[in-house]
Amino acid sequence: MTTLADQPVTASSGSFKLSMLLNDTRYRSLTFQFIALVAIIAFMAFVGGNLVRNLTEAGLNISYAFLGEPSGYDINQRPIEYDSQSSHGRAALVGLLNTLIVAFLACVTATIFGVIAGVLRLSNNWIVSKLMSFYVEIFRNVPVLIWILIIFSVMINVAPSPRDFRGDDPAASMWLFDTVAVTNRGVYLPKPVWGDGSMIVLAVFAASIIGIFAFRNYARKQLFDHGRMVPVFWPSIGLFFIPAILTQLVLGNPITLSYPSLQGFNFRGGITILGSLIALWFALAIYTGAFIAENVRAGIQAISKGQTEAAGALGLRPNRIMSLVVLPQALRVIIPPLISQYLNITKNSSLAIAVGYMDVTGTLGGITLLQTGRAIETILLLMAFYLTVSLLISFFMNIFNNRMKLQER
Amino acid sequence: MSDTHAQTVAFVRETEIPPSPPPAMEAGAVKWVRENLFSGWFNTIMTLVALYIIIRIVIGVFPWFFNGVWDAGSIRECRDILQGTTGACFAVLVDRWDHLLFGFNYPQDAYWRPTLAFVLLIVAAMPALFYMYIPSKFLIGTALYPFLAYWLLWGGSLWVPIAVLAAIILTGVVFRLVEGMTVSTRTVVAGIVGLAAGVGLAYLLYLGAQELWFISTSVGQAGLFGTIMSLVFKLCSVFTYVFFIPMGIFVGYAIYQSASDGGLVTVVTSLIAISVMMLYGVGPVSSVLNGIIPIELEAVESRQMGGFMLCMMLGAVCVSLSIPLGIVLALGRQSDMPLIKGVCVVFIEFVRGVPLITLLFVANVMLAYFFPPGSGLDLFLRVVIMITMFSAAYIAEVIRGGLAALPKGQYEAADSLGLNYTQATRLIILPQALKISIPGIVNVAVGLFKDTTLVSVISMFDIVGMIRGPIQQSTDWISIYWEPYLFAATCFFIVCYSISQYSQWLERQLQTDHH
Amino acid sequence: MKKSVFFGALATAAMAAGVAGASTLDEVKARGTLNCGVTTGVPGFAEPDANGVWQGFDVAVCRAVAAAVLSDPNAVEFVPTTGKTRFTALASGEIDMLARNTTWTFSRDVDLKFEFTGVNYYDGQGFMAPADLGVTSAKELDGATVCIQTGTTTELNLADFFRSNGISYEPVPIETGAEAVQQYNAGACDVYTTDASALAAQRANFEDPTAHVIMPEIISKEPLGPLVRHGDNEWADIVRWTLNALITAEELGVTSANLDELAAGSDNPEINRLLGTEGDLGGMLGLDSDWAERAIGVAGNYGEVFEKNIGESTPIGLARGLNAQWTEGGLLYSPPFR
Repeated sequence: MTTLADQPVTASSGSFKLSMLLNDTRYRSLTFQFIALVAIIAFMAFVGGNLVRNLTEAGLNISYAFLGEPSGYDINQRPIEYDSQSSHGRAALVGLLNTLIVAFLACVTATIFGVIAGVLRLSNNWIVSKLMSFYVEIFRNVPVLIWILIIFSVMINVAPSPRDFRGDDPAASMWLFDTVAVTNRGVYLPKPVWGDGSMIVLAVFAASIIGIFAFRNYARKQLFDHGRMVPVFWPSIGLFFIPAILTQLVLGNPITLSYPSLQGFNFRGGITILGSLIALWFALAIYTGAFIAENVRAGIQAISKGQTEAAGALGLRPNRIMSLVVLPQALRVIIPPLISQYLNITKNSSLAIAVGYMDVTGTLGGITLLQTGRAIETILLLMAFYLTVSLLISFFMNIFNNRMKLQER
Repeated sequence: MSDTHAQTVAFVRETEIPPSPPPAMEAGAVKWVRENLFSGWFNTIMTLVALYIIIRIVIGVFPWFFNGVWDAGSIRECRDILQGTTGACFAVLVDRWDHLLFGFNYPQDAYWRPTLAFVLLIVAAMPALFYMYIPSKFLIGTALYPFLAYWLLWGGSLWVPIAVLAAIILTGVVFRLVEGMTVSTRTVVAGIVGLAAGVGLAYLLYLGAQELWFISTSVGQAGLFGTIMSLVFKLCSVFTYVFFIPMGIFVGYAIYQSASDGGLVTVVTSLIAISVMMLYGVGPVSSVLNGIIPIELEAVESRQMGGFMLCMMLGAVCVSLSIPLGIVLALGRQSDMPLIKGVCVVFIEFVRGVPLITLLFVANVMLAYFFPPGSGLDLFLRVVIMITMFSAAYIAEVIRGGLAALPKGQYEAADSLGLNYTQATRLIILPQALKISIPGIVNVAVGLFKDTTLVSVISMFDIVGMIRGPIQQSTDWISIYWEPYLFAATCFFIVCYSISQYSQWLERQLQTDHH
Repeated sequence: MKKSVFFGALATAAMAAGVAGASTLDEVKARGTLNCGVTTGVPGFAEPDANGVWQGFDVAVCRAVAAAVLSDPNAVEFVPTTGKTRFTALASGEIDMLARNTTWTFSRDVDLKFEFTGVNYYDGQGFMAPADLGVTSAKELDGATVCIQTGTTTELNLADFFRSNGISYEPVPIETGAEAVQQYNAGACDVYTTDASALAAQRANFEDPTAHVIMPEIISKEPLGPLVRHGDNEWADIVRWTLNALITAEELGVTSANLDELAAGSDNPEINRLLGTEGDLGGMLGLDSDWAERAIGVAGNYGEVFEKNIGESTPIGLARGLNAQWTEGGLLYSPPFR
C-alpha cells in the first residue's frame, strides 16, 4: 500500500503521469482500492470514535473479565456439569452445547420429514400428494416464530401436567406399559443403568453392527459377481437384535432400565427431554422439513424422465426405481440447498429464547447479558459463536458435497 | 325387420353397435379413484392413512371453528357462552382487531392512513410486478409511492416528502446539466467542484485522523488486546495524517481531469448537490411552504406503530432498500480488486453466518453506541438498518448466482463493443442477471417478511409482539393462544402465499423466454 | 426525512469532535415530551388499557415527572422495555428515566452507572403455588419446577435460596410475565416466583384466585424505584424530589381534593414550601414554583396513586404493608422539603 500511496506525491518524475492513476487500467484498480481502504479507515474512525466516546460518557469499558465470574443462575438442561457457582463462561458453553443439541436433532428430523414429504408430493396418489402440498405450503408461508409459539402453547396446554398423574383415579396415565411419561414439562423416558458387564453387551452390539455391514457387503459382492441374490433384510434384523440380547441374558441382565416415576413434584429417574426442547425441535423440524421437501421435489424433478422410464424398462419396481436410480442422482442436486437449510436450522435455533430453552442466546445473550449488563461483549461473543458454528457446518458439508460430486466422474 | 329375414339370410349387421359403456370399474370417478388412490396395497394404505389424517383434522377443527364465539368481552365470557363445548373464542380478534393490525399506540382516527397506504402499495407494485403487461410509464407511480406512503404513515407536513422528491429530481437535473455541458464549461465546473471536494475530503480525513488517534489513546489501557488495538489505530491514524492532503489533491485532480469525459465530475457534482439540498434545503423549504399552504397530517412516531402494519412496513422498506445494496455487494464480490472483493466477501459471509436475532440485538443494544451521542436514531430506524444489511447479504448471493449464470460471451461481447465497466454492467450484465435473479430475490423477500416477526423479541410490538405482550397479558384475554396466533398465521400465509405464487408464475414466464 | 436524519447524523459526526451531551432536562424541555421506560405490561404497575393509554403505579411516576417538568401529565412517551432492553435503553439515551419495577442493587447503581432516585415500592420475592399442591412453605419445594422471568434479580435470588437451603429445583426461564402465567396455569411449573406485588397482581387475574396460595417466605429485598443515568445530577434531583413530593404530600395530608385550597397558602410552612407558596424550591431544581403542585395534581399523592392502581379496592388488592408512611409503621420516609 505504501508504495502505491507514494505515487501521487512522486508523480512528476519519469514517464509516469498522475492521470495514469485514473486512466490507465494498470493502475486504476489500485487507485480504487486505495480509495476504498481510506474509506474503510474513515468509517472505522467514525464508528470507533463514537463507540469510545459513548462508552466514556456512560462510564463503561469493554472487558471480558465477567466470563470468569460466578454466574449465579441455574440452567435446566445441562449437558456438562454446571451449577449456579460456575462461571459465566461455562454457562455460555452449556448454552452452546444446547444449541448444538437442538440443531442436530432438528436437522435429522427435518431431513426425514422433508424427504418423506418431498417424495410423497410426487406420488400418483392424489390425496397423499395434495396433503403433502398442503403441509408444505402451510408451513413454508408462516413465520417459524409463530410455529414455535403455537406448538409450545399447544404442548403446555394440551399435554397433561404431572399433577394429573397423581391420585387414585389419575386424569392421565403413562404410556407403553408405564415406561414413558408425556407431560407438558417434557417427556420422561426410561434410562439405561450400566451395571457390571454392560460393556461386554455394548461391545457385542457394536460387533454385530459391524457384522451387518460386512454381511451387506458380502451380499452385494455375491450379487455383482455371481448374480446370486442373498437375502439381506431379515438376517440384518436378526444380527442387530439377537447377539446383543443373548449376551444380555447370558450375563444376567447387566443393563437395566430405570423407569421414570412420579416422586414429589416431578417425574424422576429416567431421561428427561424438556418441553421447551421438544417444542423447538419439533417446530424447527416441521418448518424446515417443508423447505427440504421442496428441495427434494425439485431434485427429483430435475432427473430426466428418461431415467425413470429406462429403469422401468429394465423391470425395476417403482420403489426400487426411486431408491436405486432417481434418489442417488437427485441427491447431488439436493445436497447444496440442504446445507443451507441445515445452516438455517442452526441459526433459527436462536429463537429458543421464545420458549425458554437455554441455548447460547438464552444463556450468554440472555441471562448473562442481563445480569452483567455487558451488552457489547456478550453480543460480539454470541455472533462469533454462531459464525464459527456456521462456517464449520458449511466447511464440513462442502467436503461432503465435493465427495458426492467426485463419485460422478 | 329381423323377423322377416331371419330364416333366409344369416345375420348381417348393418349399423355399428353403439360403443358399450366401459365397465363400471374403468370409468369416470371410479376409475380415477381406483387408479389414483387404490392401485395397490401400499397405495391403498397411504390413501387410508391420509384420509384418516384429514378426517381427524376436520373433526378437530370444524366444530371448534364453527362454534366460535365472536361477541364477548373477555375469555371468561367466552367460556360462559360455550359452556364447556369446544369452540374458538374469536371475540379476541374482534376486540383487539385494531391492535393486531396497527398496534396499540397508533392514533385511532388515523387508521385510514395505513390502510390507504397498503392499498396503494398493491396498486403501486403492479407496474413493477407485471412489467410485461403494463406500460413502463406507470413505473413513475411506483417511484412516487414511497414518498406518499411516508407521508401517510408518519404524517407531518406533506411538503417534507415533496421537498425531498424535488431535491432528488433537481439532482437529476444537475446530473443532466453537467453531462450535457461543453467541455470548456465543464472544465470550469470541474475545477470548482474538484477544489471543493478535495478540500472537503482532506478536512474530513484530517478529522478522521484525529479521531483515530483519540481512539488509540482510549483503548490502550486494557491488556494485550487493547495494546494491539491501540497500535492498529495509531497506525491507521498516522496513515491518515500522512495521506489526507495527497488524497484531497488527488481526488480534486481526478475530478478536474474527468472534465473531458464527464464521468466523475457529474457524479460528484450530483452527490454534492443532493447532500447540500438534503441537509440545508429540505428542512427550511418545506417549513416555509408549509407556512404558506399548510397540508398536514397528525404526526405519528415510529414507536407508535405496531401490529401487522409494522411487519409490512419493515418488510417493504427493508426489501426495497436492500436490493440496491445487494447489487453493489454482488458486483463487489465479483470484482477483481482483492480489497473490494475481500470486504464484500467478509460482509456477506459474516451476515449470513449469524442469526437475524443477534443482529436485532445489535440494533437494540449496540448500534446506538456507534452513532454520535444524541443523534437520536429511533429503534425503528436502527432495526431497518440491521434488517437491510441482513437481507442485502442474501440478495447479493442470489444476484451473484445470476451474474455467474450469464454466459461468458456476454461479458466478452460487451468488452469488444468498447463499453467500459459501468456501461457494460448497466446496459448488458445487470439487466440480464437481475432478470434471472428475480425469483430468487422474491424468495429472499418472502423469507425476510416472515423474519420481521423476530422484532417482537426486542420489545417491538409487531403482530406477534402484540399477542405475546398486551393481549396475552391483559386481564381480559389472559393466556389465549390459538385464536390470535392463527390469525397472525393467516395474515402471513395470505401475503407470503400470494407472493410465492407470483414468483412461480414469473418463473414460468421467464422460462418461456428462453425457449 | 429518514435520509436527512441519516445525513444529519453523518454531518454531526463529522463535526461532533468533543460535543458533550446536553443536560437531560434541557433535552426533555426542547423535545416537549418525556421518554419514560416502562414494562411491556404488569397489571397495576404499567399496562396499556384497551384504548392504548398507559395506566398503573409506575406510569403515575412518569406522569408526575412530566407534569412537574413540562406541565402536562400526558406529555410522556412510554417506551415499553423488556428485562433485556431496559438498561441499554436508558444508557443509550433512548429514554430519560426508567420506571419499570427495577430493583435497586449495588451493581446496577455502581457498575452499570445508573442513579436510583428513590424507592416507590418496597417489594420482596415470593412464591405462588396452587393450593391443592398442599405446600405451605417454600422450603418444602424440593424438586419443584419453578417458573421465573429471566434477566431479573429474582433469578439470582432463587438460585441462592435453593442453594442455601440445600434443596434442588428445576428452573423454567420465561421472557414475559404473560407466558409465565400461561405456563403456571397449565401446570408446566409447580411454582411461580417473582416479586410479591406482581404475584398478587397476577393472581387477581386468575379465574379462581383462592385456588392459589402465596407462600409466607419473602426471600429477598426488592426495593423498586425509578432510575436515571449516572452523572446528570440535576435531572436525578428532579426525578428524586418529584417522587418525594408525592410521598411527602401524603404525609402532610395534601390530597387531590384539597390541593387547590392548600396551594393558595396554608398554616403549615412545609406544605407551603412543597407547593411553592413559600421559598423557591422549584427554582433550585431549575423548574418553576408550582412544580410539585402539578405533580401531585396528576393523580393525587402517593397514597391515592397506590389506592387507585394497586390498593385493596382494586382487583390486585395489595395492602400497604412496608409501603405505608413511616408514621404508620411503614418504610416510606421522605427527606424533608426544606
